[in-house]
Amino acid sequence: MATEAEARKLVVSVSPHARGDETVGRIMWSVNLALLPAFIMSVYYFGPRAIYVTGLCILAAVLSEHIYQTSLKKPTTIGDGSAFLTGLLLGLNLPPSVPFYVPIVGSVVAIIITKLLFGGLGYNVFNPALIGRAFLLISFPKLMTIWFAPTAKFVAMDAMTTATPLGILKEEGIVKLMEIFGDKTDLYMSLLVGNRAGSLGETSVIALLIGAAFLFYRGYITWHVPVPFLATVGLMAWVFGGEGYFTGDPVIHLLSGGLMLGAFFMATDYVTCPSIRKGQIIFGIGCGVITMLIRLKGGFPEGVMFAILLMNCFSPLIDRSFKPKMFGAVKEQKA
Amino acid sequence: MSKAATFDRGIHPKYNKELASGKSISQANPPQRIVVPVSQHIGAPAKVEVNIGDEVKKGQVIGSATGFVSSPVHSSISGKVVAIADFTTSAGRMVQSIVIESDGKDESVEFKENPDYMSLSADEIKNIVKDAGIVGMGGAAFPTNVKLSPPKEKPIDAVIINGAECEPYLTADHRLMAERPNEVVEGLKIIMKSLGVKEGYIGIEENKPDAIEAMRSAVAGESIEVWPLEVKYPQGAEKMLIKAIKGREVPTKGLPMDVGVVVQNVGTAIAVYEAVRFGKPLIERVVTITGNGINEPANMMIRVGTLMSDVIEQCGGLVEGAVKVISGGPMMGFAQWTLDVPVVKGTSGILVLSEDEYVSSDDYSACIRCGSCIDVCPMGLNPSILSIYAEKGFYEDAKENNLFDCFECGSCAFVCPAKRPMVQFMRLAKSQVKP
Repeated sequence: MATEAEARKLVVSVSPHARGDETVGRIMWSVNLALLPAFIMSVYYFGPRAIYVTGLCILAAVLSEHIYQTSLKKPTTIGDGSAFLTGLLLGLNLPPSVPFYVPIVGSVVAIIITKLLFGGLGYNVFNPALIGRAFLLISFPKLMTIWFAPTAKFVAMDAMTTATPLGILKEEGIVKLMEIFGDKTDLYMSLLVGNRAGSLGETSVIALLIGAAFLFYRGYITWHVPVPFLATVGLMAWVFGGEGYFTGDPVIHLLSGGLMLGAFFMATDYVTCPSIRKGQIIFGIGCGVITMLIRLKGGFPEGVMFAILLMNCFSPLIDRSFKPKMFGAVKEQKA
Repeated sequence: MSKAATFDRGIHPKYNKELASGKSISQANPPQRIVVPVSQHIGAPAKVEVNIGDEVKKGQVIGSATGFVSSPVHSSISGKVVAIADFTTSAGRMVQSIVIESDGKDESVEFKENPDYMSLSADEIKNIVKDAGIVGMGGAAFPTNVKLSPPKEKPIDAVIINGAECEPYLTADHRLMAERPNEVVEGLKIIMKSLGVKEGYIGIEENKPDAIEAMRSAVAGESIEVWPLEVKYPQGAEKMLIKAIKGREVPTKGLPMDVGVVVQNVGTAIAVYEAVRFGKPLIERVVTITGNGINEPANMMIRVGTLMSDVIEQCGGLVEGAVKVISGGPMMGFAQWTLDVPVVKGTSGILVLSEDEYVSSDDYSACIRCGSCIDVCPMGLNPSILSIYAEKGFYEDAKENNLFDCFECGSCAFVCPAKRPMVQFMRLAKSQVKP
């Protein structure tokens, strides 16, 4: 009777009493896993430096989250994989040659300033890894723009500095770019597999697409952000990227820079992009427009990072402007 | 109609229907004691019509309706009134209740039969339904006669019998349709007659093929269609069911009658038939007792007022390590802190979860705005932002974002990766602002 129920210590909690299997940790670790192909390719092209830089980023990110939270006597959340992910993303966004303090400073800024000071995962306004990278680019402009040809992995680094494809495109034009890579097909192939200078994890488009396909398959990302983002970049590259209108090469713009990494893994960050699907399309288009403005007209060769960060600012506004289509919102229908 | 009808969004939880879906409806032992709350329905509580010490018979009115939206209550056994006091109900509230001790004779008052029931007038039917204390038996317990009395400016052209039974685990409606399809049809015909409606529908989720088959045979020759529905939660919510079958959206803050439809549960249809044909008031109902935490899952015909502890005992008791007892289904049911609560007219199930079925909802984290809840909300709300508003105390903002269109189906909480108590947030906000 009553005593029986009490003795059994029945749990009383609010409905629903059934829950799905999805957890924040499962999602974050899945994204980490999805970045594994890109990481492997970075090790293949850039050698032990890739492990060193990325490892430092991850270590610094996880440690700063753990130390911050335990010193404030809060439960540590490093198990949910989001600090690991921030470190991994930051690492994949750095040039291979940075000295040890650059990854550490970047991770601390990403985790403590961008995420934890705003209240932790869910409350951050900006993508932590991208703020970390932006901070580094502004603080160490020289170190952050030294690029290496992938063949440099076992050679003395300073012998092989080069520019990224986007850098060459901006400074010297498309003819020179073709010259360096051979012909158009060679250029496209190099960009696809990742045999080119750039940030550690951004170069191999194939590897990034494999990871993205996994995330699509698991339902963790949808087309609403990346597709409009890529389509806008492609369209603007074609229309405005050439000598005259409609003569640009969209493929070069789509396959180079941090676009694939940004479009599939950072613009899609749940916390900092809009959560309503219609809004996500606007967000993606905005990212594409700003990326191309910077690439074609701005002072930097690459604009993905600033594009996503600027659009992050608009996410709350976009979410307020678009409401999901409510059931029964229609005016009374004829019976 | 090759593709099963459905609504937009929704979720696919584990159904676990097989625990009880094969169990024929059995008759529970007449209880030794019943506790009959005077409020088992939406609306004004019934007024107690007996005193302590009174002898009552089965089917006797012991509480009378006190208004239009109200319902009488009857004794489900014969015996003596031993107490009239506040008792805990399965929804967790204290409600004035009449306690009756059985005399073991199970004597019944005389029920007024109507062999020629289809010749009764609409008003006669409504009065019988009201006097029989019939309320919606799917869970909400809205007085049925009120649904049968729409205002003149709301013409009704269709009646839908809700056989979706979208709550996981529950199989009571399934068994009723499989075992007593003709009574469901007769009940539906009576309801259609009282509303002057020509179109009748029976919506059943596709995971009950035997029920669909039985109902199809039973409707042969009638102007009633059986519609298989996609297996998706909350398919059995009134608004979702109407959308699936009639393609009409009940307007926000509106009722099914605003789109010309009346929806009744399977059990309610049978109760209507029994009341009109045999004069039997609503004193018993089929309850699914299920879950891995109960020794012998069953579908049982149980007298209203029977204590849950009594029912559980008849089903072999709880297994060692049963952790949660729920009145209703796992999505919208109420967890119980005591088993001494009565089965009432709206009790569709008693679900006992074992340790391996139990999911703790103690720990949750901040919303990561993944948007999963937006993708599944059948009402097209933004549960994410509503939960954040509720959490931060911005109740007016929640209201402006259509808080009151939420019917607490729990789909958002089901999919939430941060395990946020979404339904609790909605209830909190609703309790803090006026609709």
